[in-house]
Amino acid sequence: MVGIETNRPSQAVYRGMKGAGIDFVASVPCINLRGLLCMIEADPEIMHIPVTREEEGVGICAGARLGGKRPALLMQNSGLGNSVNALASLNGLYKIPLLMIISHRGGEGETIVGQVPMGRLTPKILDAMDIPKFAPTLAEAEETVGRAWQAAQAAGTPTAVLLDIEFWESGAI
Amino acid sequence: MKRLEAITVIAEEATSLEALVVGNIGFPSRELFAVGDRPANFYMLGSMGLASSIGLGLALACPDEKVIAIDGDGAVLMNMGSLATIADQDPDNYLLIVLDNGCYGSTGSQPTCTSRRADLGRIAEGAGISEVRIAATPVEVRAGIAGKGVLVVKVEIGNADVPVIDLSPEEIIERFMVRSGPPSRSS
Repeated sequence: MVGIETNRPSQAVYRGMKGAGIDFVASVPCINLRGLLCMIEADPEIMHIPVTREEEGVGICAGARLGGKRPALLMQNSGLGNSVNALASLNGLYKIPLLMIISHRGGEGETIVGQVPMGRLTPKILDAMDIPKFAPTLAEAEETVGRAWQAAQAAGTPTAVLLDIEFWESGAI
Repeated sequence: MKRLEAITVIAEEATSLEALVVGNIGFPSRELFAVGDRPANFYMLGSMGLASSIGLGLALACPDEKVIAIDGDGAVLMNMGSLATIADQDPDNYLLIVLDNGCYGSTGSQPTCTSRRADLGRIAEGAGISEVRIAATPVEVRAGIAGKGVLVVKVEIGNADVPVIDLSPEEIIERFMVRSGPPSRSS
């Protein structure tokens, strides 16, 4: 577990979230998010709410924003599909910011065939929804996560940081 | 009991408790707007199913505020996982009120499963909600509002003749957030 919790991709994303002042996280797990989720769960400055479905997390994060929090949603890209209506008719309608940290499956190195269709569609869905997307390298990740929150806050929109299999393997210990 | 009677009682109690209120999409928010509009009401105009989730996030972010979400049976059936998450977090300052008329009242009163076998009170208990109450009269509704957890209110089918909410989404959220805490939306 120590190796998982301290691997470099997780640490870079975590530092970016901390630098942005993220203090509220809803999550549905992905194997690639396991280390980051451990760090968030252990952080007393971040309220962490495990949820049953990503769309539910969109609603909880919107409520937290109404109460003044800086929210982020951690999920696999499959969860984007579960959240489309809420992202449009809640966040889009009221201009509510949300940082989405997304494990982007289905690309190079994917071993599970069921991940491939949504993996391919994910960037196109984000584009169709006018949701800004970011796909940093490990070296860029900390700064990019902070920038993604700033963009969300400035425009009152969800933003997505897509972290593919290559990203998570780039820091393997 | 008509839904408008229940919402009238809820609006009165919410005002006296200075509670933050999240209203469900469709006629429930319109009826709430008609009987007791106030800046501390957040009218959810889209995202069916998420009133209970918005209320939970708000309650967790504002532990010193009483938060009430007014939801419906069709919406809770759509986002039933929310009951498990509310039970898991169990905030003392949050009450989810489910106005159960056994139908999708804003779309032509098509029946939901609660009109037949599904029992939302027992579902809430099974999800682990610490306090579940059932109300069938205005007196029981009033008595239940001070509590936490889930209050299922049995109401008749039918919508009141109330106008569409004439506030923009921007107006709804901006005046709500002035009330709900943060000094500005750029915080």
